[in-house]
Parts: sequence; structure tokens; C-alpha cells
Amino acid sequence: MGKRVAVVGVGMTKQRSSRPDVTGQELINEAVRAALEDAGISRRDIDAVVIGNMDHFEGINYVDTWSVDGSGALMKPIMKLTTGGTTGTTVAMAAYYHVASGLFDRVLAIGWEKNSESDTTGAIITAFDPFWDRPIFAGAVAGLALEATQYMHLTGATEEDAAYVAARERRHALNNPYAHLHINLTIEDIMNSPYLSWPVKMGDMCPRTDGACAVIFASEDVVDEFPSQPAWILAVADRHLWAYTSDPYVNQALENGWWFPALEWAAGEVYDKVGIRDPLKEIDVAELYLPYSFAGLRYMESLGFCERGGGPALVRSGATDMGGECPVNPSGGVMSSNAIGATGLLRVAECALQIQGRAGDRQVPEVKIALATGFGGCFWSDVLLMGREMPEKPRG
Amino acid sequence: MEPVAVVGVGMTAMRRERREDGYADLVYEAVRLALEDAGMTIDQVDNVVTVSNDFFDGRTISSMAVQDACGSYDKNVSTVEGDGTFGAFYGLMRILSGSFGTTLVCAHHKGSESVMPLITNAMFEPVYERFLGAEAVTSSALQARAYMDKFGVTEEECALVSVKNHGNAFRNPLAQLPLELTVEEVMSSPYVAEPLKVLDCCPISDGASAVILASAEVAEKITSKPVWVKGVAHCCDAYHLGDRDLSDARALRDAARRAYSMAGISDPRREIDLVELYDAFSYMELMWLEGLGFCGPGEGGKLTASGATAPEGEIPVNPSGGCLSGHPVLVAGLNRIIECVLQISGEAGERQVDGVRTAVAHGINGPCGQSHCVWVLGGEK
Amino acid sequence: MEDWRKGQEIVVMEGRIKVPYRWAAGEVGTRYLQALRDERKFLGTRCPGCGIVYHPPRRHCPDCGRECAEWVELGDRGTLVSYTVVHRHHPQLSPLPLPFGYGIVKLEGADTGFLHLLYEFGEGELEAGLPVEAVFAEEREGSVLDVRYFRPLREVG
Repeated sequence: MGKRVAVVGVGMTKQRSSRPDVTGQELINEAVRAALEDAGISRRDIDAVVIGNMDHFEGINYVDTWSVDGSGALMKPIMKLTTGGTTGTTVAMAAYYHVASGLFDRVLAIGWEKNSESDTTGAIITAFDPFWDRPIFAGAVAGLALEATQYMHLTGATEEDAAYVAARERRHALNNPYAHLHINLTIEDIMNSPYLSWPVKMGDMCPRTDGACAVIFASEDVVDEFPSQPAWILAVADRHLWAYTSDPYVNQALENGWWFPALEWAAGEVYDKVGIRDPLKEIDVAELYLPYSFAGLRYMESLGFCERGGGPALVRSGATDMGGECPVNPSGGVMSSNAIGATGLLRVAECALQIQGRAGDRQVPEVKIALATGFGGCFWSDVLLMGREMPEKPRG
Repeated sequence: MEPVAVVGVGMTAMRRERREDGYADLVYEAVRLALEDAGMTIDQVDNVVTVSNDFFDGRTISSMAVQDACGSYDKNVSTVEGDGTFGAFYGLMRILSGSFGTTLVCAHHKGSESVMPLITNAMFEPVYERFLGAEAVTSSALQARAYMDKFGVTEEECALVSVKNHGNAFRNPLAQLPLELTVEEVMSSPYVAEPLKVLDCCPISDGASAVILASAEVAEKITSKPVWVKGVAHCCDAYHLGDRDLSDARALRDAARRAYSMAGISDPRREIDLVELYDAFSYMELMWLEGLGFCGPGEGGKLTASGATAPEGEIPVNPSGGCLSGHPVLVAGLNRIIECVLQISGEAGERQVDGVRTAVAHGINGPCGQSHCVWVLGGEK
Repeated sequence: MEDWRKGQEIVVMEGRIKVPYRWAAGEVGTRYLQALRDERKFLGTRCPGCGIVYHPPRRHCPDCGRECAEWVELGDRGTLVSYTVVHRHHPQLSPLPLPFGYGIVKLEGADTGFLHLLYEFGEGELEAGLPVEAVFAEEREGSVLDVRYFRPLREVG
């Protein structure tokens, strides 16, 4: 039977628009050293390393073997995973399964990106099918804009509703010294920012960032060795549906009435495993991969925080603000920092800090259960549920 | 480690160019074959690990393009970027966690669609090394030289590996390059980067493969002859070539030691019946045999010259023809596992080796075998 | 029905990943490349724990993790650890006309080897342990190619 797994150490670099003072390996090492120090262990105590980023953002092939000077994987097992935007949560899940398998007790997970070193959009364009999509339609912003217009059409949501989400994320980021953007944008500022691809405006989008995050996962057998309170992984699940860009827009609304099936199915799976029935009430804090503002409306509905079309009212009610029923993204989220390969892992790291009560000015009081998500690929979703209490039994 | 079995394997033919099929088509073919082999439907697979590399596919998030083909719809799925042996290792851990009963692992590669040296050049550090133009062949030549100098291994001994493996490929209908060669022919083939000659090097290939892993509970329901995973481990050496002793595969020795320990193997030469290892270049077979503990350091050439590694020898190595006879990168490690499974279950056709109970499969990542993954597979639980 | 595949010529789309890269050398790498460019000097860093002098320099020791704060000036001569003579290479990757060599060179004062190019050597001249020297470019820009290549050490005079 598998082992129960907890996060026992967290390290992150300050997220910045550009870090020319360090190479990629050195940037990774900054986060790794912070995580090892946080966990009170040394490189030699680590049994295995998992690492992730997106190849074409830095143009480095075999990042696992390249990373060794920074990741500390010298003469250790190291494995690379990559799934686009979900990479960081994918790496967290891989570290989880490494430990849960019983083969490794202390596993270091690393997500990183130096987006300053390439043309981010130039690289993302190559995610699209070379025959059907790439010559015609590509890039992250336009794809999200299609989702936004569809959502507005189906629910009557407005651009101003979305601006509420963006303003919340910017406001929360002011409490996070590690966040990239510290700009207190008002709803008016966001509404007045230039359109990138209607209805998505500059103020609705995430930045591109240089940053790294390292998280140490440990087995129930060794968790007592570590100084900080363990943040237990309660359940993980993902769905990476579809292969073509046009698939989500057709299927999301039409197929059996599913709204955002990848997120709904993955969230449903972890809720079932843990026994969550009323997510808004039972989950104390959520760190969600919201790549742009409209996601902060629709995903609330897909996560079961409110009924379909209820996202705008929920966000306007303040329930997702600090002090609300379930604060969303106390860290400022992806709209405030987006070193893509690190982004999903930062969600997990932030949840761990919240559970441990170590989140500083962004701390939500009394966090017992926290939710982390990753978004990427073709509207793919990764979901992790974390908690303060050790689960009664291992449950993946 | 709780028992986990390989219950189905599937691989496409390896060919220089499969222009009629996109890589998702190749994955579909391999997955369908693995499901048929296991007697399963895709609905009985409860999670998937795909293996791909964005550089080789010329596509960011290249695994996106195979999600339909691998049947991951509404399943938990993830993507390992690296050799198939590493992807399969992740698939194994997902079962050991208790979360899943069956993992489908698939890998694809279309070498025909890109320019291999430009891609392997991207393994090298951008500030200090990449502009020098080193790539897989030239860096491996440095390793071959270091290894041969240290132990006095000759080019003729390396050539024996090419002769043997290309010859073995005649009995593998899925191999790309069956060749009837003599040592003289290998020796007289032109140098690419000394001491490596054209016939010391693997070809460029298209292909895909899939394996299905299952927990003991599931495996024993599905098949009457599961092949069991006895031990697996991997390990990574230093990155900069100049930081390493290129003549010493210490990361392989470490991975082998741990995999053997899991499998309860103390004398590999006696206890292992067959080896499928990652012979991207002929010298690698000698070095990896030593690293895997089948002979002492520098003795791989003599072991090969003795005939011990021939199909009818004491410890057959790469009876499938190896990577020298077909090298879809990433897929190649899965193919090593697949050959071991076929040999253990007595389904290796014309190339069947008698009495294979325990076999070792091996894969590598990074330049000059920087990272090694070792699998021990066996017929008994 | 006639097989529609018969006589078909498969369409192939030509493409290229068009992503420009700008790799930062970082503070440590920048100091190294500046010394190469401005002073024709090779610098390494020493690990205070292991005592190893790393070349190229490391900010932190890959093994013990300590900061390698001490800079060490290395010689521009060294010995060949391994080498290859390249006869076939992709034209986009060849920095020198064929045949040229790659070598791992251990510079005087360094404990690790350095991958670089070899040129101006005779047939059969290369061997492990051979003393070699750096040949610097006249116009230097702050890249590893400010060293054009290494060649067998010529006796002075």
C-alpha cells in the first residue's frame, strides 16, 4: 500500500521580469537552497529530484541532465516532466507519486522558467498543430479570448466582472514579497487598459516572469525529521483532455452540459476522495492557476464554489477576497507572477505555507484544507487538495 | 517493492521514414498493439504516461498531440520528457502508490521530421559549450576515445558489436537495419568523429511503442504469464563533460547496484539471462556491459570477442538488434523493456533465446550516457 | 473501390521553430567572459569545502552546495584529457573547417576539464596528456569563441 505524503520544505526565488544576474542553473539553485534550508536538510539527504519547465522558453534540451549543477541531482535519480502550463503541478504530482510509491522518502520537486530568455509567444505558437492550427491561429491570448467570449455569451458576464478578478489578484500581490507585479490596479485601470484580443485587455493578463520554485515532499515515515508542520497531500487528480485548439470551445459547452470538463472532472475526483461536498465552505484557501481574469469567474463555477453563471456574483460578493469565505490567490496568483514552469508548483508551495501558518502578510487564518490547481495545454487541469491533518489512509 | 507486472507490449516497425503516418498515428498503432497483446480495452486502463520531447517534435507541449491517440481521455495522465525507461518508471510508481491498477506508457519519435544534430546540440550549455557545435556524435566520440585510451579497447572490438547487433536484426522484423557485416567493413566505413565510424553509429528512425503495467491483483486477472518488475533504479552523473570521468559509467554502476539490490541479484553474470541495453554507438555496449557488472572495467571488448554476448552465448546482449538497428529516441528504452518481456514470455519468435527467466533493460538520457535507468524483469513474482 | 492511397505523394510541410534566445551569462559567467575578452585570462572558482577548482566557474559547488566565492586564475595551457577529430558535421554547427577537433582540456590550475575546439594539429598528433595552448581571437566579444581553439603546445622559439 502507498505512503502518505507531505510537503516539508518550500523555497522560491523572488519572481521578477528578468534575472540576468543568474543563469538558469543558478536560478534553480537559488530556490533549491532555500527549500533545503527551509526543511533543515542538505542536498545529500534528497533521494530523488523531479524537474519541469517548457523546452522552447529557454531552448535547452534534456533539462534534467542540464540542471544538475543547480538542482543538486549529482549522482541521484532525476526525471523531467513537462505538460505546458500544468508543468508545475505535474511536477508536484510526480514528486507525490515518487514518495507515495514507497521507493523514495525525500523528493525535491523543481519548477522554473526564465521567460526573459526567449520570445514567449513565439514559443507558445509552436504548441499548436502545424497543419491545422499554426498557420491560422495560435498564441495564448487569442485562445483565452475565445473562451472569454464564449463564457460571456453563455452567461451574460461582462468585462467589468472579469476586471473584479484582476483587481483582486493585483491587490493580493501587494502582500506577497515574492510576487513579480506589485501594482495596485483598480477596476477602472483594468477597464481602461488596451485590448490585446477582445475582450481580453492588458490588465486581464498574466505577465511573463523569471522565477523558480522548489518543494520538498516527504513520506509519513520520515516526516518527523523536519522542523515545520507537514502540509499533507490529501488527493491529486488531473485531466488533459483534447489535442486540438478548437476542441475545448466546441466541447466545453455542448458535451453533456459540461462547463470546463477537465477541471470539473479532476476536481470532482479529489473532492470524492476526500469527501468534500461544499467546496466553498470546506476549503479554507485556494491557490488557482488563473492565467487571466475571466478564468477567475468560470473556474469558480467549475470548482463547485457556485452554480453555473454565478462566478461574477460570487467574486463581487467578496467571498474570494482576503477575509472572505474562501480567499482565492492570497499570493496574487498567476496574474501577478508567471514563470510558467514554476507557476503550478508555486500554487502548491503557497498552499503548504498557508497550512503551516507561515504565509506572512498573505496568511489566511486557520487553514485546514487548501486547494491548488494547474492550467495548461488544451484547457487541461491538475488539482491537488492539501490539508493540516494526516489522511487516515493513503488515497492518491 | 510490491509486485507489478508488464501485461502488454506493442511497438511499430522502426523505419527511416514513416511519412504516411504522423506521430500520433504511430502512437495509436503502438497503443492498439499493446492493448491487443494484453487482451484489454482502453477502458480498462486507468492512467497514462506519455513520453515525448518538444525539440524532436518541433512542438511545444508535444504530448498535447497524442492525447487522443493514447486514449487518455477522462483519465489521469502525465508526460515524462526523457527516455522511455524513465517514463515507464513513473508509470510503475503510480501503480505502487496504490492509486492505480494499470498504467499505459507510450513513447514516440520521428527522427525523419527534424535535424538530429541541431537538436542534440541543444543539450549543451548555452554560455560555455553550445557555440562550439558539439552534439551527440562528437561528444560520444570524446567518451569513446577516453574509454578506449584508458583500457586499451580497440576499434575492432567495438566493431564486433556492430557486426553482432546488425546481424541480430535479421531475426527482428520490426528492426530497421539488418546488415550482414564484417569487422573489416565496419573498420573501413568512413569516420564521422574519430574513433566513431558510420557503422559504429545508430541510425535515425521513426517509431512508437507502448507498454502496459499492472498491479499483481490486476495482472493475474488479465494474463496467465505476466512479466514481473523485479527492480528499477536510475542515477545521473555530472553535467559538464569536463566534470566527468567519461571513461567511467559510475551513474550506471550506481543505478545497477540499486536495481539489483531490489531484485535480490548479487551476481549479475550468473543470475541474469539476457540484456537489452542502449547501444546508441558500438562502444556504448561495451561500457554499459561493464557498468552493469557483466565483466570488469575494460573487459567488455574481450567479453564480446569471446562470443558470450551473441544470441547463443552465455549472456546474449541486444538479440533484438539494439539501437544500432533502429533508434527512435525515447522509444528506444521502451523497446529494450519490450524485448526483455518478449524473451521472458517466450514470444520473441525467430530470435527467441532459450531459458530466459531474468533479463535487464537499460536506457539513457543526456550526453554520453549522463543518466542511466536500469530495469530487472523476471518471469517469477 | 479504388484505393485512394495508390500513387499518393505525401504532403510535407516545411517548418522551423522561430524562437530567438537571449541567454544571460549571469554575474559569474559575465566575469569569466569579460576576463577572457579583456585580459585573455581563464578564471575558475574554488569550492571552499571540496577544494575543487571548477572550470568553467561555478557559483555553488554541484556536490557540497557551498558558495564558490574564491576566483582562481588559470593558465592558458593545459593537457588534453580526451579528443576527437571530426570528419562530418552539420554545416550550421561547424565553427571551423573540417577536419577539426573537439577536446576536453584540463587547464593549468583547474581540476575539471573544459570542452573546446582543437585545430592546427598534425595527423596522429593528438593523444591523451598532450600539452595544448589556447589561441585567442584578435577581435574578442565576450564569448567562449574568443578562444578560437586549442592547439598542441609549440616550443618557444
